[in-house]
Amino acid sequence: MKVTIEVNGRTVSEEVEDRTLLVHFLRETAGLTATNIGCDTTSCGACTVLLDGESVKSCTVLAAQADGHQVTTLEGLTGEDGELHPVQRAFREQHGLQCGFCTPGMIMASVSLLKHNPKPTRDEVRVGLEGNLCRCTGYHNIVSAVIDASGQEVDR
Amino acid sequence: MTAIEKHPTPMGFGRMHRKEDVRFLRGHGNYVDDIVLPGMLHGAVLRSPHAHAKILSVDTSAAQAHPKVRAVITGETLAGLDLAWMPTLSHDVQAVLATDKVRFQGQEVAFVVAEDRYSARDALELIDVEYEPLPPVVDARHALDEDAPVIRDDLEGRTDNHIFDWEAGDRARTEEVFAAADVVAAADMIYPRVHPAPMETCGAVADLDPVTGKLTMYTTTQAPHAHRTVYALVAGLPEHRIRVVSPDIGGGFGNKVGIYPGYVCAIVGSILTGKPVKWMEDRSENLMSTSFARDYHMHGEIASTKDGKILGIRVKVLADHGAFNGTAQPSKFPAGFFGVFTGSYDIEAAHCEVTGVYTNKAPGGVAYACSFRITEAVYLVERMVDVLAYDLGVDPAHLRMRNLLRAEQFPYLTKTGWEYDSGDYPRALRMAMDMVDYDELRAEQAQRRELNANGESGDLLGIGVAFFTEAVGAGPRKHMDILGLGMADGAELRVHPTGKAVLRLSCQSQGQGHETTFAQIVAEELGIPPDDIDVVHGDTDQTPFGLGTYGSRSTPVSGAATAVVARRVRERARLVASAMLEVSPDDLEWEKGRWFVKGDPEAGRSIQDIAMAAHSSLELPEGVEGHLDATCVYNPPNLTYPFGAYICVVEVDAGTGQVRVRQFVAVDDCGVRINPMIVEGQIHGGLAEGVGMALMQVMAFDEDGNHLGGSFMDYLLPTSMECPSWQLGETVTPSPHHPIGAKGIGESATVGSPAAVVNAVLDALKPYGVRHADMPLTPAAVWRAMQGRPLRPDLAIT
Repeated sequence: MKVTIEVNGRTVSEEVEDRTLLVHFLRETAGLTATNIGCDTTSCGACTVLLDGESVKSCTVLAAQADGHQVTTLEGLTGEDGELHPVQRAFREQHGLQCGFCTPGMIMASVSLLKHNPKPTRDEVRVGLEGNLCRCTGYHNIVSAVIDASGQEVDR
Repeated sequence: MTAIEKHPTPMGFGRMHRKEDVRFLRGHGNYVDDIVLPGMLHGAVLRSPHAHAKILSVDTSAAQAHPKVRAVITGETLAGLDLAWMPTLSHDVQAVLATDKVRFQGQEVAFVVAEDRYSARDALELIDVEYEPLPPVVDARHALDEDAPVIRDDLEGRTDNHIFDWEAGDRARTEEVFAAADVVAAADMIYPRVHPAPMETCGAVADLDPVTGKLTMYTTTQAPHAHRTVYALVAGLPEHRIRVVSPDIGGGFGNKVGIYPGYVCAIVGSILTGKPVKWMEDRSENLMSTSFARDYHMHGEIASTKDGKILGIRVKVLADHGAFNGTAQPSKFPAGFFGVFTGSYDIEAAHCEVTGVYTNKAPGGVAYACSFRITEAVYLVERMVDVLAYDLGVDPAHLRMRNLLRAEQFPYLTKTGWEYDSGDYPRALRMAMDMVDYDELRAEQAQRRELNANGESGDLLGIGVAFFTEAVGAGPRKHMDILGLGMADGAELRVHPTGKAVLRLSCQSQGQGHETTFAQIVAEELGIPPDDIDVVHGDTDQTPFGLGTYGSRSTPVSGAATAVVARRVRERARLVASAMLEVSPDDLEWEKGRWFVKGDPEAGRSIQDIAMAAHSSLELPEGVEGHLDATCVYNPPNLTYPFGAYICVVEVDAGTGQVRVRQFVAVDDCGVRINPMIVEGQIHGGLAEGVGMALMQVMAFDEDGNHLGGSFMDYLLPTSMECPSWQLGETVTPSPHHPIGAKGIGESATVGSPAAVVNAVLDALKPYGVRHADMPLTPAAVWRAMQGRPLRPDLAIT
């Protein structure tokens, strides 16, 4: 079937199989490889993107289901001028990434979290990111990054 | 805890934001599955549903007929190319695709190459394999029974499942010490089979150019150069026509050291089709078939005087290695560095023996930040000290303090032959105890226990202490090699005419920040800003030979090589500067970034000016070739021995057995810290791994050999919810033999933390008379321990 999805403000229209997962559509059809695949059971969240502004695990959405909708990936966060989004900036500032593989999903989940809760506590950040696994950071600096991005003092 | 503040780029060591973040934060990392080559095909592996079964037939005709399939490879295809078996890193062989029988569930049986990844998976369903099931060996304790099925009947003359026996220490002396001791405490403990589970699974894009015959292999490898050599030996390709490229790697944790059948199949697929072939495994395939970690069944004994002076330790280990001995470790160390099981204590005698056996499980053993079995060694000794404290009725922190090696005893030769380089253990333990306010905590615990006894509170409080000594930086080539390749590592540094530099290394970052920290080492030595130094790794055509990154060996070995090349460049720069300033080299003095004339600081030349002059028409002294570069192969004189004191505080719900980590204090000493921000990140990650292993992770098997931890639904990893905010402390005891005094750190927290968590939970359960219980301490396991009916976590057989 033909699907038309607005990805990061750009219309991507392509013939795909019904069973094509959104994550594969983004990576292989749209050529946006920030969004990663870390599991096969919807557990890890490395594929998290925003679908009409809400965070979803794109390995568990069919491309067909996103037909006519808007998707934002990590590539879409950076401004036209290359300026980093506050969440991206804070992840670097607080050393919230190491291998970088969970980072795109983690950042998209954090953007969504802050939209719903602009001034979260550290515990609220932990609850909010529970769907995103990280093997490198032990989460501590990721929590600090989200607090930092929210404009609050980072109390470590 | 110092906040990571906005800080300028240091000219050398210090907190510095990572250079690699610039691409990762924008989604511009380049991982294996991001690679797309013209005409690229996709491979998928058909795996065994049985743990042990004869293969009667493999019918691929329906798969071959699939319109998008380009090739179907079976064991028979590979046998025709002499590739059905490949050597392992432990001088055994492993089936690439099974020919005679399958030996573990998830083993590779066939490989399909198709035009897209969906079609490749479709075609797997069309392959018909007829199996004749055989009884499997699941419980390692029965692997050597007389009637145990022989797993490796492929090995000539093999009539049992025995792999090796290995021992260390002085058996006779240890027996004497134990016979004379007042107290001997013994315990059996399992370090269960777990898996490193990096977020990115293993994969490769194999591209064999049919015209030039050159193989380019983009792959998830922690040791690209070693892979190149092994491919040359296995596939018979000339080594200069093999280029292994390890791009950005989404975590390794020891999972990506060895060569997996999928890599070899991708190469064969590329040979057969003349196109690049990508193979990327799923998570379940990663968990079921790639390198597991641990699986040590240990019987420990510790001897002491009645007032708590530890005299000796002895251990018997049964090591479950799975169906093929693929353990990644130096050739002379079949049980890795388990010999450091005497830990951080001054004792009189020690002895250990380890027996390795085959079972019907996936191969592996050494992985997951284990530093070659030091996770097991540290867990053993730190549990045994707590068991002794339990039997003696003394405080486990005080018992440790009494027995720790003292600073003046270093370098210290252990009773099993390891020479610890440096340490100040009591200082680190005291710091950790101060950070948690140890006495206050014990008072709170006493109070809580009173409430528990009166039924006024169901929350049990536990305090767990662990003190560890690591041994990292393998290693001296005289003793240490992998498949005959000595464990030295190369570095090459080239300073361009305008003073910018490129450093080429054989180590391979998987997130540990090498591109940043190695530039900092050069900056420290030469005074060239880190941002002016590019670090190149992961491309065997571009980098010097070496054995890669694992065992926390990058800083000890490649870090040393980097300091040495930078110093060689500095010496060359001195000769060039002497020509520029028309003085003798002996009259020059170095300050970071420039050579100047002694007594005349104004008369000097910056490293950048010297670089330009080195490439110019300036007449150079006799024997000086010009240019500003150097190479080095660093053969470390010894390992480095970082250490740490960890204290974990847990709350256990007496009604459900659920454990909550309330507080975790980690004091680490890795000598000189190149980048404290990165060191802290390494520790945070390792602590989370320790909490995962202690409380959640296990790959168990049922009696048919079915793998019960084959997905993230069952194999649980800690999330942000299970991890506390870590509290770190540091002391600095430099390694005297290392050029910059730095020790490895990457694996310390994974090595040290499981014992701290387990000791904490068991400390909480002390009123229930629980002396030991095995990991993972899930709610069910804790609850069962409290009822006096402990759980075997690794078997679904009771």
